[in-house]
Order: sequence, then structure tokens, then C-alpha cells
Amino acid sequence: MSDGLKTDPLVIAGREYSSRLIMGTGGVDNFDLLSRALIASGTQLTTVAMRRVNATAGVSVLDVLRDLKIDVLPNTAGCYTAAEAILTAQLAREALETDWVKLEVIADERTLLPEPIELVTAAEALIKDGFTVLPYTNDDPILARRLEHVGCAAVMPLGAPIGSGMGIRNPHNISLIVEGAGVPVVLDAGIGTASEAAQAMELGCSAVLLASAVTRAKDPIAMATAMRLAVESGRLAAGAGRIPVREFGVASSPTQGRATL
Amino acid sequence: MTTMNITLNGHATEVEADTLSEIVRTVTSRRTGVAAAVGGQVVPRSEWDTTVVHDGDVIEVVAAVQGG
Repeated sequence: MSDGLKTDPLVIAGREYSSRLIMGTGGVDNFDLLSRALIASGTQLTTVAMRRVNATAGVSVLDVLRDLKIDVLPNTAGCYTAAEAILTAQLAREALETDWVKLEVIADERTLLPEPIELVTAAEALIKDGFTVLPYTNDDPILARRLEHVGCAAVMPLGAPIGSGMGIRNPHNISLIVEGAGVPVVLDAGIGTASEAAQAMELGCSAVLLASAVTRAKDPIAMATAMRLAVESGRLAAGAGRIPVREFGVASSPTQGRATL
Repeated sequence: MTTMNITLNGHATEVEADTLSEIVRTVTSRRTGVAAAVGGQVVPRSEWDTTVVHDGDVIEVVAAVQGG
């Protein structure tokens, strides 16, 4: 039995994090607010995107993350083909000096759902090229298994489409992915509020990755705090051995020794 | 320096430059946190000074921005 005060660390590809909440940085314009939300979330690993340099850009998001000592996880957001995603990952490796990548290959702009064939193709190529690949994938247990087999360091199934805030649409599939996985499962995308982050952890996920739910909330700092607590709660609950669900009531007060009234 | 027409970050651009270093300098003063590709191939920063740019080259210069 644990002391109930701390959750065990998240380990991905040999790197250890005490926080199981991975944050994105998109969706908020104000760096000060972003910085305070990141601190409130307790995150130690945070995603960034790679885009063409704008000559007028001042402070970079990297400066913010460096000050906060948060590890950077570049993504391949906006890529529709394996070739685009591979080149984006290679550019990120050169720019940010990390061989970790959140691999995203999306099928269309309306759903932002992953394109599974291109995703697996890109994952295989990047792993061959020495990358640590964390793929954003559909909530498909078979695809998740395939991604693990080609050598991905984690699998990151969506709860619902990116930015939709619809929560976990198919908890059963997430459970199946967790049951079958030998690498950490990170619930990525779709989270809208804290109870959904807790649910992801209760389903056995190793971590939760979210951005919009915090950055687009009315009070990002309050929501970041809520997410940190939810992920911790969910993790503790998942390991605590919940009671079985029963059809009828089971009294918790003794039935013996009742007074005759 | 040679005057040439290249495609820089998606825009047809006339530049006076010989090396990739000079091209990168036209879009950013940063040397870290930036990566460049010529014709779809990443060029390591250590090779920017010696990478000769040619007329018609397609060059991308990227950096990290906020993102999910």
C-alpha cells in the first residue's frame, strides 16, 4: 500500500517525469498567461509546433519553456503525408536538439483525425532515423499495436478530435489499447474538462496530453490546476482497486446492534 | 555576392547571397532554435556557412512556435 501522497513517475524511453500531464502550448496569445498556466499544470514536457520563421518574432515560446525548465516535445502538426512529417521532424531535431517527436499525420482539416497508413509509414522511417516517436493515433487498438510493433516509444490515442473538447468517446477502446500495450499510453486530444482527464487515468492511461482545454478555458490557470489534480487523482484511483459495481445497495454501517426505536 | 531568385519560405525572393548562412540571416538573427532545409533536405547548422545556394533553390527556414 502506498502512502497515497505521490503517484509513481511516468517513464518514456528511459526519461522519467514526476508529472503525468503533458501540455501543449497552442491556443493562448499571452506568454505570461501561458507561463503561469504551465506552472499551475505542473507539466514537465510540453509540445511546440514548427513553422516558417517570421522576421518580426520577438520572444520565442522556447525562451518561456527554457525559463521554466520544461522539456520540449516538437510536433508535426499540420502534416498530411509521411514525407511532410518526416521532414518536419528532421527540422525540429536540428532546431531543438531533441530526437523526440510527437508524430501527427492528419487526414483532413475538418476532423483532424490521424491518417493511419501515412502515420505508420512515417513512424517506421523516423524510428529507423533514430527518433523517439510518440504518435498521435486513432483510438484503434490494432493500429496502436502496430505502432508499438514498429518501435514507437509510446502510443497516444485520441479521446475525441483535436480541440473538440468532447472527452473520451470510446472508453472501451482506450481500455483495450491499455490492456494490449507494452509502452505508455498517453490520452491525447479531446479532453474538455478535469473529469475526463481523471477518466483517462482511471482507464489505465499513463499520462494525458492536452492544450486547448487549458489554454482556451476562461481561466486557464484554474483549469491547469484542475487538470493537474485530476491526473493525479485518476492515477491514484486507478491503482487503488475500486470497489465492484453492484446492482443494489450494500450498507457500510453495521446491521448488528441497532437500537429498537 | 551573387544576385539570384529563390523561393524562401514559400515566397519568390530575389536575394544577394552566396551561402545558406546569408539567406538565414535575411529572415532571422537567431542562430539557435532555427533549422533550414534546401530542396527538402535538412542542412545542419554547422554546414550553413559552406552550403552554396543556387538560383531556383527552394529554401525553408523554420523555428518552434506555440502548438498542441
